Amino acid sequence: MSTRVLIVAEHDGGRLNPSTPKCVACASGMAGAEIVVAVFAADGAAVAAEAAKIAGVTKVLRVDHPVHAHPLAAMIAPQLARLAGGFTHVFGPSTTFGKDLMPRVAALLDAPQLSDVMAVESPTRFRRPIYAGNAIVTVEVPAGTQLVATVRTASFQAAGAGAGAPVEVATVDVTLPSHTRFVSVSSAKSDRPDLQTARKVVSGGRALGSADNFKILYSLADRMGAAVGASRAAVDAGYAANDMQVGQTGKIIAPELYMAFGISGAIQHLTGIKDARTIVAVNKDAEAPIFEIADIGLVGDLFQVVPEIEKLLGS
Amino acid sequence: MKRILVAIKRVVDYNVRVRVKPDGSGVVTDGVKMSINPFDEIALEEALRIKEKGQAEEVVVATIGPADCQQQLRTALAMGADRALHVQTDAAIEPLTAARVLRKLLDKETPVLAILGKQAIDDDANQTGQMLAALWDRPQATFASKVEISGDKAVVTREVDAGLETLEVDLPAVITTDLRLNEPRYVKLPDIMKAKKKPLEILDLGSLGVEAKERVRALKYEPPAGRTRGIMVKTPEELVAALKQKGLA
Repeated sequence: MSTRVLIVAEHDGGRLNPSTPKCVACASGMAGAEIVVAVFAADGAAVAAEAAKIAGVTKVLRVDHPVHAHPLAAMIAPQLARLAGGFTHVFGPSTTFGKDLMPRVAALLDAPQLSDVMAVESPTRFRRPIYAGNAIVTVEVPAGTQLVATVRTASFQAAGAGAGAPVEVATVDVTLPSHTRFVSVSSAKSDRPDLQTARKVVSGGRALGSADNFKILYSLADRMGAAVGASRAAVDAGYAANDMQVGQTGKIIAPELYMAFGISGAIQHLTGIKDARTIVAVNKDAEAPIFEIADIGLVGDLFQVVPEIEKLLGS
Repeated sequence: MKRILVAIKRVVDYNVRVRVKPDGSGVVTDGVKMSINPFDEIALEEALRIKEKGQAEEVVVATIGPADCQQQLRTALAMGADRALHVQTDAAIEPLTAARVLRKLLDKETPVLAILGKQAIDDDANQTGQMLAALWDRPQATFASKVEISGDKAVVTREVDAGLETLEVDLPAVITTDLRLNEPRYVKLPDIMKAKKKPLEILDLGSLGVEAKERVRALKYEPPAGRTRGIMVKTPEELVAALKQKGLA
């Protein structure tokens, strides 16, 4: 049976999220896969055009509806499930968007779901992390089983630019529920690069001691053109916003450079950064577990080290 | 009666460093400390707080799994749940099967809310709550960091990649919990004694009419590719020099 993959696009209404080309890269790991991207938006013209330019994409389905001004799983799921007929695989990103949506789709399709797929071995065999990344399991589903999956974006290089695929306007005739209503979204706006896709990330732990002290990291990050992340302990303590959390239950990232300041390195944190190319750790405690995985370690007081690094980078 | 159903899972304790068995057939769980999945403990705590505010009258806790799971149900009863349901099975339970079982329990208990942890820290699937909402054809508010009930609605703040999102959902609904929703209470000794007398009902998959389909087969387990310890530098100057050598500064 030929492999046909339906990928749900993640976007902010105007631009495609970088998680989508990574889902395409994952799907392209299955030889000969036909890849269709579905865009649910209030007005999906720009996003669909962007999706059509990803290498490997065969077709883009554009489903416009006012309810998709803000993505809600309860609205997208029945439409995506309807579109999924005839597809062997339905993929979404392992971001909060995909994690929220895909299981709802899987249940509607009576399909098993694999979460956080990190490698494709065949159209029926995949690898994924469990126990906060302490174990990697290879799993198999019987041939002919429709499969839903979320793609661990840190494990894939984004698919490049392609020749351009056709965009088809699709209408999906399902009754949408009225039981779920979007109220608001608040995000700490910043001009820094997005944490999930940044090439460089500067990150702080509980040792920062206060939200005010995090400013030394923002300053260093701005000098380096880096995003700023935080450990769960720092977020729980209120030093950093929840969307800055890196780790098992926060963001899983794969920057070229990750600099951890005052982060001891709990396994739940390390699982979020182990795909980083280079890890730098600065910690007062020479026994901190973060040093076991750091490429460059420095035992020292971050309040002295951070400003010095910033000064040295400027010279 | 206004009731809340909380689903919990028995998992390897948060503090255990999980290791893969040498033959790759699974992870070592023999003699390892087991606990309520931490996200489920938060779910239970939230249900208890809603009840304590007078917005619900009864908290029912449910789990699916082998006989040993009753330890975790007793802990949940000691925390303050009123009753427990144990769907006893030794079969491997996939998230969709768990959701089907819980769906049956919703028919039996007709709660205004079902609260679950957003994910279990063993399989890290993050699926059951959303699947349950789909099968129930009701709203889902996942990754909750704040829940406010007013009448037949809930306003839920969710932790999303972009920041914090607020949804309004009609009840009944499914809520899944994130870490910062609350801090679960500690169990006191007299509560453990009281919990022994609270009702615990045992059910089985067959009587609920659910089959434990195993569609995802684990072929092998491996430890993750390790990172090796790199170099230690002594000064910020050496650190920046090392970064420059790698072309990172």
